[in-house]
Amino acid sequence: MLTQPEWQALALSAQVGLWATLVCLLPGIACGWLLARKNFFAKPAFEALLFMPMVLPPTVPGYLLLVTFGSQGVAGQWLKTHFNIEFAFNWKGAVLASAIIAFPLMVQAAKLSVQMIDRRLEQAASTLGASPIKVWLTVTFPLMLPGILIGLIMVFSRSLGEFGATITFVGNIAGETRTLPLAIYSATHQIDGDAMAMRLIFISLAFAFFALLLSNILSRRAEKWLGVNRA
Amino acid sequence: MLDLDFSFRRDDFCLQVCAKIDAPITGILGSSGSGKSTLLAVIAGLLKPQQGHIALESRALFDATARTWVPPHQRRVGLVFQDGQLLPHLSVHNNLLYGYRNIAPEQRHFDLAEVVKLLEIEHLLERKANALSGGEKQRVALGRAVLYSPSLLLLDEPLSSLDERLKNQILPFFLQIKTECRIPMIYVTHSPREIDFLADKQLTMHDGRMSDGQV
Repeated sequence: MLTQPEWQALALSAQVGLWATLVCLLPGIACGWLLARKNFFAKPAFEALLFMPMVLPPTVPGYLLLVTFGSQGVAGQWLKTHFNIEFAFNWKGAVLASAIIAFPLMVQAAKLSVQMIDRRLEQAASTLGASPIKVWLTVTFPLMLPGILIGLIMVFSRSLGEFGATITFVGNIAGETRTLPLAIYSATHQIDGDAMAMRLIFISLAFAFFALLLSNILSRRAEKWLGVNRA
Repeated sequence: MLDLDFSFRRDDFCLQVCAKIDAPITGILGSSGSGKSTLLAVIAGLLKPQQGHIALESRALFDATARTWVPPHQRRVGLVFQDGQLLPHLSVHNNLLYGYRNIAPEQRHFDLAEVVKLLEIEHLLERKANALSGGEKQRVALGRAVLYSPSLLLLDEPLSSLDERLKNQILPFFLQIKTECRIPMIYVTHSPREIDFLADKQLTMHDGRMSDGQV
């Protein structure tokens, strides 16, 4: 059985993961669609910028978040003054850190799902009297849905595993910012923390496996739904 | 009925058409790359010419001088693609009604039950589009376009992906649509046999130009 701090870490991870997924949803779809369908000035630079969190050491975005959204940062002070919102050293900051690190996964999934849509389907809909917005709502978006679902699973999973940016930006505060990976890290630094670390590691392994399994099943179902044959 | 006088250029290809099309079924014959599909895409509004004008029943769909451009969803021009392009996430029933639901009830000239019976697709209504054979897909695509009650129906090599047996099965349906629904059609193909069977008037495309003495 799990101890109370372990449950706390698990619940906080779920909370942070769900919020980060929600935060990534609409901007991720918009950016994915934009990258797949539109040509605009400095598009390669925009794409590189979006995907940078995937290749940077997570401590880099974590530190940048700290200097921007921390209590001394420009954005942090402005948000505190105007909206009474604080990110530094609380769970909202963990959400922001997780969302930034996982955002490229949502963009990538949305972009691929748009690229897989045969544009003639959208053209067929427009020659049947559907306005561009209706084409998007009745053809593009439903055909993107499987990809979006997979993106959401990947973002949630990545958020649960987020460590570097979180610990740099919001620290490792029990009950406030100590998510699953941070709880494992803390347990490994305690003299009698091996059992706790193992339990949390087992949960992480199980979760990662089932998230990837679910993503794979969804992907196969989506391909079947859309009439794609795969070996 | 359809007045075409435009030029469309993309990369090295140039489509130049000057024709008046008024037959119930006009067949356009031409080899691959001659510009047949591009012509239909321009008429449907999927591609925008650089010069000239296009008018359907005296309504300007495109006029470069007057800067008139009617987008495809406002043209009331139906297009049946080579491979049907049925929406894979919808049932046959919902595919058939896709265009029908986009027009006002008073603009609907055909009834779902009639079209379904005419095309013999009653048994397919609950199936998903991707569970249909090639011939079934084309019949559903044709029914979907007809139910949209278009002023003009464009058919882009609708039988080219089917074998001879299926072609012979489906060709009579086009004649049925002509006699029962009275929608003017432009039928594009590289098969002279299909043109001979269906068309009242024949035009030929070659290297982006149309000929029958009207170019």
